[in-house]
Amino acid sequence: MTPLIRIVRTTAFKLSLIYILVFSGLSGFLLYYISQNTTGLMARQVVQTVDAEIGGLSEEYARGGVRALVESIERRARRPGASLYLLVDFAGNAIVGNIARLPTIVLDEADGDVRRMRYSRSDTSGKAEQEALVRTFGLRGGYRLLVGRDLSEQMRFSDLLSKALRLWLISVVVMAGITWFFVSRRVMKRIDDMSATSRTIMTGDLSQRLPVAGNGDEFDRLASNLNIMLERIELLMRSMKDVTDNIAHDLKTPLTRLRTRVEASLRDGKDEAAHREALEMTLEESDHLLRIFDALLRIARIEAMTPGAGMGEVDLASLVEEMADLYEPVLEDEGGTLETVCTGDLKVLGNRDLLAQVVVNLIENALKYGRPKEGDLKVTIEADRQGETVVLSVCDNGPGIPDGKQEKVKDRFVRLDESRSEPGTGLGLSLVTAVSRLHGSELRLKNEDPGLCARIELKASETRKGGKGHGQDKHERINDPKGG
Amino acid sequence: MLRILIIEDDHEASSYLSKGLSELGHVADRAGDGETGLEMAQTSQYDVLIVDRMLPKLDGLSVIKELRASGNHTPVLILSALGQVDDRVTGLKSGGDDYLTKPYAFSELLARVEVLARRPKGEGKVETTYQVGDLILDRLSHSCRRGSVEIPLQPREFRLLEYLMLHAGQVVTRTMLLENVWEYHFDPQTNVIDVHISRLRGKIDKDFDNQLLHTIRGAGYTIRDTTD
Repeated sequence: MTPLIRIVRTTAFKLSLIYILVFSGLSGFLLYYISQNTTGLMARQVVQTVDAEIGGLSEEYARGGVRALVESIERRARRPGASLYLLVDFAGNAIVGNIARLPTIVLDEADGDVRRMRYSRSDTSGKAEQEALVRTFGLRGGYRLLVGRDLSEQMRFSDLLSKALRLWLISVVVMAGITWFFVSRRVMKRIDDMSATSRTIMTGDLSQRLPVAGNGDEFDRLASNLNIMLERIELLMRSMKDVTDNIAHDLKTPLTRLRTRVEASLRDGKDEAAHREALEMTLEESDHLLRIFDALLRIARIEAMTPGAGMGEVDLASLVEEMADLYEPVLEDEGGTLETVCTGDLKVLGNRDLLAQVVVNLIENALKYGRPKEGDLKVTIEADRQGETVVLSVCDNGPGIPDGKQEKVKDRFVRLDESRSEPGTGLGLSLVTAVSRLHGSELRLKNEDPGLCARIELKASETRKGGKGHGQDKHERINDPKGG
Repeated sequence: MLRILIIEDDHEASSYLSKGLSELGHVADRAGDGETGLEMAQTSQYDVLIVDRMLPKLDGLSVIKELRASGNHTPVLILSALGQVDDRVTGLKSGGDDYLTKPYAFSELLARVEVLARRPKGEGKVETTYQVGDLILDRLSHSCRRGSVEIPLQPREFRLLEYLMLHAGQVVTRTMLLENVWEYHFDPQTNVIDVHISRLRGKIDKDFDNQLLHTIRGAGYTIRDTTD
């Protein structure tokens, strides 16, 4: 495609062309209208002046006949910028007036109509002919009177006007052309930049972003929206890559262990009981592996879910109570306590099962890693309405997470416990992170000294008016560790 | 013995399933696509249908809808690789009775199939008391008795025991308990159900010679009187 065709095909070119055509058409019409009206107006003014002269002369004629008329014409013709006068007798000989030459036909048709004619003035003899508007009347005794007015001044003005308008029209077209050239060049450049970047992205470099000029125009808006989209795609791609990497890395160990066990059993196993035991352990190990796969798949699916899908009103208060009910015996067995604090209207917009999973994962995390060095584990689940949001937090009184590692633990398979003595997949917090993101929130981990608090914010399902009633229906339930 | 129809296009998965079921004395037929499966389900009498969601020719949910529309109320267990909560809801809404996500443990599937097959058919015949050995659960007065000893139970313990006794003699898995007693669908990482079971066992079995609540390794739990 040649550059010219490329330019012609652009939207900028087509729009500019339409714009120039419409604008020139309108300007042309305006020009025509103005010049027509001005000419008409000036012609009417000339006719009025001529009529006034005629009125004056006819008075003179009525009072003193031809003699008085002649005197009056002589007097008037001497004034500067005078009108045109000519009085001729029946034979056509000039008696008085300031016209040297004129078409004879004007004098022949002395019917009083307005005529346009070319003439020469007698006081500027030898000069070029000029245009004038005249009226000719027949008088008694074969005299004929011509009164008129020179038009050259009006014509000069009209000329000037039309020249100015023409110049303006040309400037409009030229300026529009120049503007279009620069605008379309700018637009083309930005679009070219964008397509160049998107080609790079298409080849696989997802870290590229479309250029944003920062002036907030439509290209910027488009570019920043596309950038957000790219970010999301990149995140999904990265999480997919992470999953693959992690699966390869983290599942190799248990699979190797599984294989070794089966191999050893085949080699040494003498009686059926030994085989059976090995098989049962293999089953357990493979169940664990399947759970890891399941968790990975779930995280991937949750990350790919559309926000808002499958969500409804969830009463966080009852959810928290039910989860506490489920886990209380577990904590008791471990010598710990579980406390729930629910404040305010806790109906949130969310996915019940996923939120339950979040609470469960956080409790289990606290169980595994939140135990204090001295004393008993104390887990507090708190749900607190704060304006339009409900803050859900699960806190323990353990050692917390060292600063700088709090982001890292959200990644898949990250476990701070290097020995990996506790059972677990290292996916618990990743799942919580994914669910939080699905709910438009972010998991925040904070050391509270002592203990770690994990918080997520959820959107309240119904917005209450003003701050009225906030915190009024505060109710607390503290679970008695001995069971009530 | 149960007559079971497996409608599943993955040949390997379905042969593994039917082999496993046959070894336990059940009769398992197989259909490789939705249309064949629907025809078989309509012409023969089965105790349970195991239906995969993604099937050639006619998808699993349509098979179930067609069956239900024609008045066939054979219990259906839906198998699915789609494990989201929404999928479960749509699956159960189309007329499925239970939902199991792939990959599943065979023991989990077996437990669910047996529970589905022995599900009391028809309404009205709801029993008010359950009995296993000398353990009696009264659902009206919410009381529990073992022989002459009154056993006090927490509401949740009562519901747990109620579910176990409703399926007395059958294996119920941990997931089934979580889904039916707590009514949540999630994956607990720790042995949370085991803790509840052990508490319940402490109340109903601890002081008695005849143990009723048994752990089935690799599968789940069952309540049964082994002295019969």
